[in-house]
Amino acid sequence: MAIIEFERVSFTYRGLKRPAIKDVDLRIEKGEYVVITGPTGCGKSTLLRCINGLIPHFYEGDFKGNVYVDGLNTREHQVFELATRAGLVFQDPESQIFCLTVESELAFGPENLGLPPDEIGRRIAESAELTEVSGILDRLTYELSGGEKQRVAIAAVLALKPSILVLDEPTSNIDPKGTLRILEVVRRLNQVYGTTVVIVEHKLELVSLHADRMVLMKEGEIVEDGSPRKVLTSETALNMGIGIPKVVQLYLRLKKEHRLSDKVPLSPREMKEVVLSLRGRGEK
Amino acid sequence: MIEFRNVYFSYNGKRYVLKNVSLEIKRGEAVAVIGENGAGKTTLLKHLNGLLKPTKGAVLVGGKDTRKCSVAELSRTVGLIFQNPNHQLFAETVWDEVAFALRNFNYPSDVIRKRVEYVLRLFDLYEYKDRSPYELSGGERKRLAIASVLAYDPEVIAFDEPTIGQDYYQKQTLGQYIKLLKTQGKTIVTVTHDMEFVAENFEKVVLLSRGEVVACGSAREVLTNKSLLEKHGLLAPQLTELAYELSDYGFPRDILTLEEAYRAIKRVLEV
Repeated sequence: MAIIEFERVSFTYRGLKRPAIKDVDLRIEKGEYVVITGPTGCGKSTLLRCINGLIPHFYEGDFKGNVYVDGLNTREHQVFELATRAGLVFQDPESQIFCLTVESELAFGPENLGLPPDEIGRRIAESAELTEVSGILDRLTYELSGGEKQRVAIAAVLALKPSILVLDEPTSNIDPKGTLRILEVVRRLNQVYGTTVVIVEHKLELVSLHADRMVLMKEGEIVEDGSPRKVLTSETALNMGIGIPKVVQLYLRLKKEHRLSDKVPLSPREMKEVVLSLRGRGEK
Repeated sequence: MIEFRNVYFSYNGKRYVLKNVSLEIKRGEAVAVIGENGAGKTTLLKHLNGLLKPTKGAVLVGGKDTRKCSVAELSRTVGLIFQNPNHQLFAETVWDEVAFALRNFNYPSDVIRKRVEYVLRLFDLYEYKDRSPYELSGGERKRLAIASVLAYDPEVIAFDEPTIGQDYYQKQTLGQYIKLLKTQGKTIVTVTHDMEFVAENFEKVVLLSRGEVVACGSAREVLTNKSLLEKHGLLAPQLTELAYELSDYGFPRDILTLEEAYRAIKRVLEV
């Protein structure tokens, strides 16, 4: 069984008529890095809430189908059981962080699992190191910068040692350098520790380079699912107007006129090779 | 239109958040203020309508010293659109939200009616006129926040991080509004760290770092200076990065847009 499985899942928030997600079938294998994207209101956050059980246990509404996380049916297991398997990092770190100091924030999860003190200490040290917050453990959380808060929020989730990391736009308030730093942390967790990553992110020019797979949603349904290179150049994506990286747009434009390698470039460096392959052709 | 003369600002009297900021924004210019988190961008913006006044130095708006004007007076000239529309919207209905400032400025009721109807239609919000702003989606609320400022026709429009939380389509729409404002001759000041958005919509860029202006020039000059941007926590637009990668092969480095990159490739490679 895949580590995350959605079987024909639909969810309609109470009081609304239109389902937020509709007949979603999705299998995510252990160790995959999956980016979920699509326009505002397409159901991305709802999908994430199904993974850690906030739906159906916290949000009220009409839930159909089944979600299995690490073999557990989320209908039959509570959020605290699911939280050690799938850790959710919120979009706004301020709605997640509530302790006075960074260290107590990181300790909160492990303490609530009833772990012995030396294990708690070990987990704080480990997750702080991974997210580069070891140097600010004694700082007050409300005095941190946006980027620091975001990394503390990730560290607090990591301290639970989840095998799945779920992130909802973790870089939305962060400047470009801070964004790279956070995405690098996520990439390392995936590559070095085999953590399964499910991330909602609009900055496709950065995240496409790390992801194995891209899922594109529209009006509550999955409309494309495949490698970022395939999804970003699909008819659906082009017609929908998602933020297709500029190098991909340039590649598609040149491809109309020239024979180019089928490997879609995702970074300036990859695009450079494409451009250089055109040298000396002089064809029209 | 706007002038900062050696402006220093401190919230607590100890540390300066703005340090010796001097700049001049002409009528009709579209200026982007960029910089990393905590560089002082929002603080600078709040000086435009007098929400903050300089600790030292002076800010002149339309020739008037902001220390001698009230926020209400300055708001007539400078409309500030907050990053989070929830911090701005408060009225019972969408119609009242837009009419609020106009009533405050004592416009006659028939003018108010015409103006409100005009901007609500312009922003595709007319059908919601009797609804509460809080029933609107995030994107719609953002549009309402902009509409309620544009309704009283200020000469200067100041946006704080307008692209945060906006998807691609919403960003495109925002870009179109900015174009519209430019054709009306408005002065536009935007705080952002979305470099692609700046490359597409602004001609002039001010780079702020730790409260100081470290660069001020054309968007092309500043956004294609990769080492300067990186030194201050920012990244060059993706196609500028590409131009740098290709500079050993005879490509110009000062490329910002898709069209420019495409033409440079055609020209340099003669394909």
